[in-house]
Amino acid sequence: MTSTSNRWGPDQSVALLRILIGWHFLYEGIIKLYNPDWTSFGYLASAQGPLKPVFQALTAEAVIPWVDTLNWAALVFVGITLILGVAERLGALVGVGLLLLYYLAHPSWPGMPQINTEGSYWIVNKNLIEAVACLVLFYHPTGKLFGLSRLFSKKPATSKTKVL
Amino acid sequence: MSWTRREALLGLGSIPVLGAVWWAGASGAVGRKRERSALLEQLNIQPSLPGAVPAISGEPVKVGIIGFGIRGEQLCRSLGYATDEWVAAMEAEEALAKKEGRPFTALQDFRSQDPLNIRIVGVCDIFDVKAELAIRSFSTPDNPVKRYATHTDMIRSGEVEAVVIATPDHWHAPMSIEALNNNVHVYVEKPMTHNVAETYALREAARNSKAIFQVGHQHRQTLSFKTAQDIVDKGVLGHVSLITTNTNRNDDNGAWNYDIHPQANPETIDWQQFLGSAPEVPFNKNHFFRWRKWWAYGSGLSGDLLTHDYDRLNCVLKMGIPKSVMASGGIYTHRDGRNVPDVLQANFEFPDFSTGSSQRAGKEKGMTFTYSATLGNGWNRPTMLMGHDASMELGNRLTIWPDSGSTRYAGMIESGDMSPQTPIYSYDPAASSLDGVSSATSQYFADKGLMWTYVDGKRVDSTFLHMREWLSVIRNGGQVSCGIQEGFEEAIAAHMTGLSWKLGRRIEWDPQGQQIIPVEGVDLDAVLLENPPGVGQYAPNVVAAL
Repeated sequence: MTSTSNRWGPDQSVALLRILIGWHFLYEGIIKLYNPDWTSFGYLASAQGPLKPVFQALTAEAVIPWVDTLNWAALVFVGITLILGVAERLGALVGVGLLLLYYLAHPSWPGMPQINTEGSYWIVNKNLIEAVACLVLFYHPTGKLFGLSRLFSKKPATSKTKVL
Repeated sequence: MSWTRREALLGLGSIPVLGAVWWAGASGAVGRKRERSALLEQLNIQPSLPGAVPAISGEPVKVGIIGFGIRGEQLCRSLGYATDEWVAAMEAEEALAKKEGRPFTALQDFRSQDPLNIRIVGVCDIFDVKAELAIRSFSTPDNPVKRYATHTDMIRSGEVEAVVIATPDHWHAPMSIEALNNNVHVYVEKPMTHNVAETYALREAARNSKAIFQVGHQHRQTLSFKTAQDIVDKGVLGHVSLITTNTNRNDDNGAWNYDIHPQANPETIDWQQFLGSAPEVPFNKNHFFRWRKWWAYGSGLSGDLLTHDYDRLNCVLKMGIPKSVMASGGIYTHRDGRNVPDVLQANFEFPDFSTGSSQRAGKEKGMTFTYSATLGNGWNRPTMLMGHDASMELGNRLTIWPDSGSTRYAGMIESGDMSPQTPIYSYDPAASSLDGVSSATSQYFADKGLMWTYVDGKRVDSTFLHMREWLSVIRNGGQVSCGIQEGFEEAIAAHMTGLSWKLGRRIEWDPQGQQIIPVEGVDLDAVLLENPPGVGQYAPNVVAAL
């Protein structure tokens, strides 16, 4: 018997976090995938901070269609892996990468105007928090608890971290 | 609960979650798109595409430049000719921008501009420094640019097919008339004329000439204005009762206080030629470089900036000359010896004009066009067309909001398919495609000026398009978009405004008689050209110092 069997605990909470983050990524990706008018042009063109030239270079006419495709594809990939609990560690890593890019494109640092943010932030914003949450998912996979990985797992469900 | 069922739930339970999120996202996006296309279909607005302009074929058009000041240099760049000094300055600016991580594309835009089949063969500028600058920059071993002492010499030389006139306003008509009488094509800056009488004289000359005449209202090339025309024609806005246009500027350049060149003196400037028909005054650098501040040479806000806004709307609505004009204002922000107002409000009445109505016949008729300007504040006020059914913001982009009291959209507003706070249409020639409902985000980025005007995916200068059209008509025939009739309407509207401000009374137009209704005991042209005494009294020290 493991701690994961019936009672709600840290593992179940991380699994829930994984599902919610996957949900968020997938929905963002799908919305973009099904809207041919969507483009990251505005987001990149108005980038701020030290990497501004890099982001602005991505808005070049020849590059932007690739950037747009890669963006929704990566979002959908992270969404699928995190929700289904397969290749979730890779998904979590891609998620960290994407979120750090979003964070760096519009860093909530002092002295930088906050564009289209619904809250108030000082250095830490939601992108950064979600990136760290993805880091937690990377170190603490839960696919065997809830997800397709459970089916492929030889052993009955056990928690990696806590065995009584 | 059985072990297997529990296993299956924990193993496969994530699949319905995935399916649900996917379905919600996809059906939401597709559904919104369907709603948008239904709305767009109902509005039936056709976004304009750039018109095809026949190539300027054959021998290059031989162009002469009259006036190589700030605007003259800009026009030459639109023709494909930049001075070495400008290129050097832009290179420095570009390097600085790169260092600071700002986008800067002026030079790149200039270099990627399509070449026009022309040759600048002559220049006429009464300031030696400027004339020599043009000759030094534009001459090549097989095409030396020749300097002419006067515009008459240039026009009658037989070596110039077309002239570009970018001089002070009081020279626009005399030069244009001289060129047209000699069948030399004309591109003249706005306002087309400096007083009423010469407006008629120029119209006569243009009608009798074989040459092509174009007034420099380059915004007639803006794609959004052509789309706006379609929007108004289809009754999307309903009856437009009010149009508000504005100028807000708050810097020296915007207030016409241009730099005074250090080499300017009576030896390097032909002062008598500058004065032309203007009252005799001793050599004055302030007058020479900042001529827009005096009625003797310019026409202030009414001729310089109102004309842009009036022509922009006249191009969309074709409302013609107003029935009456009332203007007021004063010199409130730059009391530096100028005698043209720097704060001006003008109301144009069009009592018989209508853009169509969604209500019972006869209920709606008539429109006011208002122009409100200050050179002491830089807040950007948009141009708005206010109709019974919708309001439209007119700029490089177009945005339309339905009106809460609309007759046409009453059903859709009630059913929640439309909301007065949400645009029903947004047109941005720079965006990848047309969007029925603009998001707050795209709105914001566009407002920031991050989305430029593109033609076929390329950022283009509208002055280039306007000059290209003129040159193409010269070679291939056809109609220019701002010819003598449009120029006539623009000039009369500007002069009525100037007269109203100066006389402090309503100035009326007689459409049958095609004339400004005379004011008893007043010589209108004399009033228009008059430099009001005492207006410059506030800053005698500034005037004396210059």
